[in-house]
Amino acid sequence: MQNHFPFWKNLLILAVLVLGIVYALPNLFGDDPSVQISSSDGTALADTQVARVEKALQTAAIATKAIERDDSKLLVRFQDTNAQMQAADLLRHEFAGKLTVALNLAPATPSWLSALGASPMYLGLDLRGGVHFLYQVDMAAAIKQAEERYNSDVRAALRSAKIRYKSVSFDNGAIKVVLRNEKDKQAAVAIIDDEFRKLSMQEDEDAPVIYLRLAEAEIKALKKFALSQNITTLRNRVNELGVSEPVIQQQGDSRIVVQLPGIQDTARAKEILGTTATLEYRKVDTQHDVQRALSGRVPLGSKLYYERDTKAPVLLKKRVIITGDQIVDASSGLDQNGSASVNITLNGIGAKKMGKFTKDNIGQPMAVVFIERKTTTKMVNGKKVERKEKVEEVISIATVRDAFSKRFQTTGLDSTQEARKLSLLLRAGSLAAPLDIVEERTVGPSLGQDNIDKGVMSVMVGFVLVLIFMAVYYKTFGLIANLALTFNLVVIIAVLSMLQATLTLPGIAGIVLTVGMAVDANVLIFERIKEELRNGNSPQTSIFVGYEKAFATIFDANITTLLVALVLFGFGTGPIKGFAITLAIGILTSMFTAILGSRMVINWIYGNRRIEKLSI
Amino acid sequence: MTTQIDFLGKRHLATIFSGLLLIASIVSLAAQGLKLGIDFTGGTLVEIGYQQAVDLSKMRATLNEAGFEDSVVQHFGTSQEILIRLKPKEGVSDAELSTAVTRAADKAMAAQGDIRRVEFVGPQVGDELTEDGGLALLYSMFGILIYVAWRFEYKFALGSVAALAHDVIITLGFFSILQMEFDLTVLAAILAVIGYSLNDTIVVYDRIRENFRLMRKGSAENVMNISLNQTLSRTLMTSLTTLLVLVALALLGGEIIHNFAIALLIGVVIGTYSSIFVASPVVLALGVSKEDLMVVEVEVEGAEFDMIGAERRDIDRP
Repeated sequence: MQNHFPFWKNLLILAVLVLGIVYALPNLFGDDPSVQISSSDGTALADTQVARVEKALQTAAIATKAIERDDSKLLVRFQDTNAQMQAADLLRHEFAGKLTVALNLAPATPSWLSALGASPMYLGLDLRGGVHFLYQVDMAAAIKQAEERYNSDVRAALRSAKIRYKSVSFDNGAIKVVLRNEKDKQAAVAIIDDEFRKLSMQEDEDAPVIYLRLAEAEIKALKKFALSQNITTLRNRVNELGVSEPVIQQQGDSRIVVQLPGIQDTARAKEILGTTATLEYRKVDTQHDVQRALSGRVPLGSKLYYERDTKAPVLLKKRVIITGDQIVDASSGLDQNGSASVNITLNGIGAKKMGKFTKDNIGQPMAVVFIERKTTTKMVNGKKVERKEKVEEVISIATVRDAFSKRFQTTGLDSTQEARKLSLLLRAGSLAAPLDIVEERTVGPSLGQDNIDKGVMSVMVGFVLVLIFMAVYYKTFGLIANLALTFNLVVIIAVLSMLQATLTLPGIAGIVLTVGMAVDANVLIFERIKEELRNGNSPQTSIFVGYEKAFATIFDANITTLLVALVLFGFGTGPIKGFAITLAIGILTSMFTAILGSRMVINWIYGNRRIEKLSI
Repeated sequence: MTTQIDFLGKRHLATIFSGLLLIASIVSLAAQGLKLGIDFTGGTLVEIGYQQAVDLSKMRATLNEAGFEDSVVQHFGTSQEILIRLKPKEGVSDAELSTAVTRAADKAMAAQGDIRRVEFVGPQVGDELTEDGGLALLYSMFGILIYVAWRFEYKFALGSVAALAHDVIITLGFFSILQMEFDLTVLAAILAVIGYSLNDTIVVYDRIRENFRLMRKGSAENVMNISLNQTLSRTLMTSLTTLLVLVALALLGGEIIHNFAIALLIGVVIGTYSSIFVASPVVLALGVSKEDLMVVEVEVEGAEFDMIGAERRDIDRP
């Protein structure tokens, strides 16, 4: 029996159609302006906090559309952006320092669709507006820093072992240690072998000279550390910005991508990300009264600070014990008693200074001051005024229990959360390998909306033009091709939504191009059918043979295009990838819809009947 | 109605036409090159929108005064919007540069503009993109060469790659001659042109192969001419529908993808022409014969695609 699909084939096609419609549907519902609230330190929100947020909104009479809560955050939806802004301002003010409040456009997908796992396409930065930064970590500088650290550490080790050396210097990427005689050299080799496992050692045969190099593994570890430290620092700062879906990702072995979708004030984003932070350890001034200092009488040699969280005033000595660039590492952990602690490692110079200080100050409190240099732009009389600001806050006060130098612990922290936070801050303020922005792409929100409007408009217009053209040229068959084309568009959108692939402007261009090329399969088939009719075949045979013969051609032609799409995907960056994805998906779906989809309808209309003429 | 146009008879005319276009393109590419966008050169680009129309000469003067002597300013889309381009500057961070230039522009307008877009590409990233772009072009050509040689025959592979090189050079030449900006999206378009033009060429080749196997009589030129005529209406229909959407994209898609759409428009026109007048004549010139396509490969294909059964039925039919 010609031109009849078995039941399962019809069912398959219709099933794909239904699935396509269901998963493409969420894109029609748009977004709700909403505010996303999470706790600033990354912990889960407490019930009381949620209740306070709800109460604050009620008191201010801001109408909410819905309040949704999951493990770590609260999402409050509003009817319009006005209410959203009002609420964000209110909450930011009310819960400053405790909760991070981010503006968000939450998809307004009905719950029955969400239950099926359907969600709208993820819009790229060029469509929703936002910032994309590509940072390069200066690895050469990171390694240089490490070498300098080892240089001074080696000197210190030799000195404490009472081995006298002529010089310790840099020579051709190695640390060159020159000793006075062979005996000292042997002693030095023993010490270095024992204490500096991470250095590879090379002895000079003829002279009392040792060359030390960073071992491959150490260089690798250093690079990894520099990268992760910078990612941590950036993540910290991004949290401060309050962005709902930030992306902070490693790219390659020395780059970091930061994407901040939907950010309104891009200048501020750059300022905060570009903030440089340092640390200082200072002694707490216990001889003078804080209250007196508050009233204006700050004792000479001391300075008034405030604690970051409690805002409590603290009086600190002006003399700095060590600075952040002497911290090599800081990590959170547990002390012997199983309570939260932060382990800190200092470099040679830092260790010496710390050792000297702690020896004389056992039992005295010591504070860590976190210093950020920010450039803020404020509006003064309608003009932008840039101000360089230095923010100094005390992030930790601890009592010196014992004399220590290179490695020490800060214990007695309330929770592991707090320990983690402190270690993050210590790392953020310590010596990080320098970061350079090597690429930036910022799209303002107005341009993003423009891009969506224009993109959608051009897809619609192009689509309608093709529909008209096909209907006029191929009549009934043209209408069938149009059904297949519409089906194709639905399936493309459904697949993009399901994959949660990022839709970009070039991606939309890919869809437009696919629409143009998708008809190709139907054109090929229809032209074949026409040809068969001209050759004197019956309409039924012509349909059958037309489809059969066109298939090989369509297959070959599409495979080659798919090949190009794959190459594009492999080599492309952001925008090109977006184009390649939609092109590839479009090619695959168009083969399904144009060949099987159109055939099903043609079979329904013409199959199993005696027909004299085809409307083609 | 199937047309009876003697395409291959006009191949010498086509050679002259293509030759002229190629020479013009290559000369222009060699002499003035492409006007590369910041994606490849590195640099900073700032797009700002204002409420009022922007007076460009005043804007330029203010920017010069503020120390941006090498900046290029132009209207973008409307007269209220401007695009400022800056060359990469040693020792100045991008963040400072774009903020400073925006401030200078705001000063010229005595109003605060709406920053629509900032793009900064470091020279290093630019070099990488150029290299990756070139590699992408080469790899896709190479992949195609292998695929077509495997599916058809090496003469066809050479013919299709010749047609693709032809299309790419002329599209590049167009951008060079008119000094239109060549950025990442245009590169993507050129790669898409490769895909499209190849699609067209394969359709023609497919018919040539089929006809070579089907027709016992007739010279290679004759068979190819018939094939070109048989596929002509399809070639034109598909080009037309694709051009329709591309025109929509070029006119309505906005400034950012305008050049992308233009590159595709040119590419599709040239690609359609080349699949008729370049791809097939090259195969003919390489001395294609029926024997080239009478391969046993059919058996292998038959295992993969059941449509070959239908094809064979036709061959058997007297």
